[in-house]
Amino acid sequence: MAIRKRKPNGSAPILEVRNLTTYFYTEDGVVKAVDGVDFFVRHGEVLGLVGESGCGKSITSLSILRLIDRPGEIVAGEVVFEGDDLLKKPMADMVDIRGDRISMIFQQPKSSLNPVFTIGDQIVEVFEIHEQADKEAAWEKAVGLLRLVGIADPESKAHTYPHQLSGGQAQRVMIAMAMALQPELLIADEPTTALDVTIQAQILDLIRELNEATGTAVILITHDLGLIAEMADRVAVMYAGRIVEEVEVETLFKQALHPYTQGLIDSIPVLGAVKERLNTIPGGVPNLIDLPPGCRFAPRCRAREEYGLSICTEVEPSLAEAKPGHKVRCWLYEDHSGHDAPLKPREAKARKKDRP
Amino acid sequence: MTSIPEAAALPAASLRSNSLLRLTLRRLTRQRNARVGLTILISLILVAAFAPLIAPYEPNRDLIGIEPVTQRQKPCIHLLGCPADQPQHIMGIDANYRDVFSRVVYGTRVSLMVGFTTIGMAILVGTLLGAVAGYAGGWADNVIMRFMDVLLAFPGFLLAIAIITVLGRGLQNALYAIAIVNIPHFARVVRASVLSIKEQEFVAATRALGASDTRILFLRILPNALPPLIVQGTLGIAGAILEAAALSFLGIGAQPPTPEWGTMLGTERNQVFTAPHLVFFPGIAIMITVLAFNLLGDGLRDAMDPRLAQVSKPR
Repeated sequence: MAIRKRKPNGSAPILEVRNLTTYFYTEDGVVKAVDGVDFFVRHGEVLGLVGESGCGKSITSLSILRLIDRPGEIVAGEVVFEGDDLLKKPMADMVDIRGDRISMIFQQPKSSLNPVFTIGDQIVEVFEIHEQADKEAAWEKAVGLLRLVGIADPESKAHTYPHQLSGGQAQRVMIAMAMALQPELLIADEPTTALDVTIQAQILDLIRELNEATGTAVILITHDLGLIAEMADRVAVMYAGRIVEEVEVETLFKQALHPYTQGLIDSIPVLGAVKERLNTIPGGVPNLIDLPPGCRFAPRCRAREEYGLSICTEVEPSLAEAKPGHKVRCWLYEDHSGHDAPLKPREAKARKKDRP
Repeated sequence: MTSIPEAAALPAASLRSNSLLRLTLRRLTRQRNARVGLTILISLILVAAFAPLIAPYEPNRDLIGIEPVTQRQKPCIHLLGCPADQPQHIMGIDANYRDVFSRVVYGTRVSLMVGFTTIGMAILVGTLLGAVAGYAGGWADNVIMRFMDVLLAFPGFLLAIAIITVLGRGLQNALYAIAIVNIPHFARVVRASVLSIKEQEFVAATRALGASDTRILFLRILPNALPPLIVQGTLGIAGAILEAAALSFLGIGAQPPTPEWGTMLGTERNQVFTAPHLVFFPGIAIMITVLAFNLLGDGLRDAMDPRLAQVSKPR
């Protein structure tokens, strides 16, 4: 399997998502699953997309590939991939891009494979879809890919059915399929959540190696900050359908700015530290149908109380650069003089006292 | 790249393809009822294939003047004490001096042909309609399935008679009628399967690989929808054979002199008490054939539904 090394294209973004907005029109109301998301991915980089369950990470990735089905709809935004807005492309072009230039791997590797076909057939299908490959050559390539992703005895494994594979093997097969045509961008949606820890490490190593060898950019979606620390170059933190912080990975762990990110990092258990309980962020993710006005994190935010900011519950902050290369969506770092004046410390204290 | 170690390889024996087909066959042959059904069915197919070798006479050959036979003569079996100087007719002679055994043997061809072609047509059309309805959803689903509901609202047999009334009597039109009556059943089965399968993750994964909707539906989803379709099809063949026999019995299906079991029953129905063998043997033939398909269908259902299989066979 020859590996094509992509030309490092400086730091130019390969994918730029601007104001991506995906709503689900349910009977209970409009679920704002993704509500104005902005981020970008550079050539060859690994971008981590972190957030709690239900914050819109997966919907963001499905929106990039335009795989949103009724009742969901991409309402607004741009997904600029190599200069073209994918949301403006005809569906037929989009189908060609999927799997060829952007591909995706999913959370449940075993259920992501079709149970009635051998894995060899399923990899061959990728070639059938995108190139007029002759069957035997495609089969050879499939076996080569299985070897590349570290499947032992690929010649005979190609003849097996998905139920004969372990979860780790199935995820390797999924990666083989996703990497078959050497896409420019790979979206990995919680690729290791369903796997046990040792297999997790192997799969992550594999993704990292492929990223380094082929220069394929990766969007790694996860709720696991440990995984981000290991894998990502840059991180975007999502909360309730919005990006709240975006920065290089080292900075995130050294100096997270957004109270939500700080809370996430604090809640990672530290080996050896004896604690009665793990740190948690109080409260839960807001209802995406009926979002609070102002900052979406405000109801759970400790910093807001500590600093006594009243504007948080009224006006939503914007995603702005607090420091060079470090974007955050929080009034602590944004000039709010144009809006309400913040509470004076004394008033804030008084308010705290009133609380039972 | 090869540096990444992989967890212990599966033993080579289990690697050789364990396809659904093989698995189903193994589970199927473990059940006695299914084995019986399968055996009868295979025998019937052999009888149909080698009918000219098995049948002593042409099915429509008039034996008057050739052999000393009488109208509606009782069966004459040499082993059971029929005088050796009389020609042997193990199922007797019918009103037109024809050998009933030969007609029953040739009737196997007609009935199996009826069963397979009608259900074949019904599966083809029904699968297409059901698959499109289930996958597309929305108005297409509504239009197709409401039309199917209209067809289902009529009692099947009455609808078949109505269709024949329009098309005209005859075996071929009876086939169309039975096929049309069966379409909604298959459309429903396939739609239900497609509805559940299309929500599975591998469909999203295949879409993410750039497969077109047609490809996903017909090459990826439908193969997964086969098990219930096969079960329904097998049971449907039994029903279709019965319906065809009934239509022929009423005189609007196969026309004489076609050696069709239902027609044979119908033409001699008034002689039940005077010449019971003319009704008995075609009736038994219908029963055995329908039974075989039903046993096989039930066996297939158990073999293909893992939940049922576990209940019926505790280890």
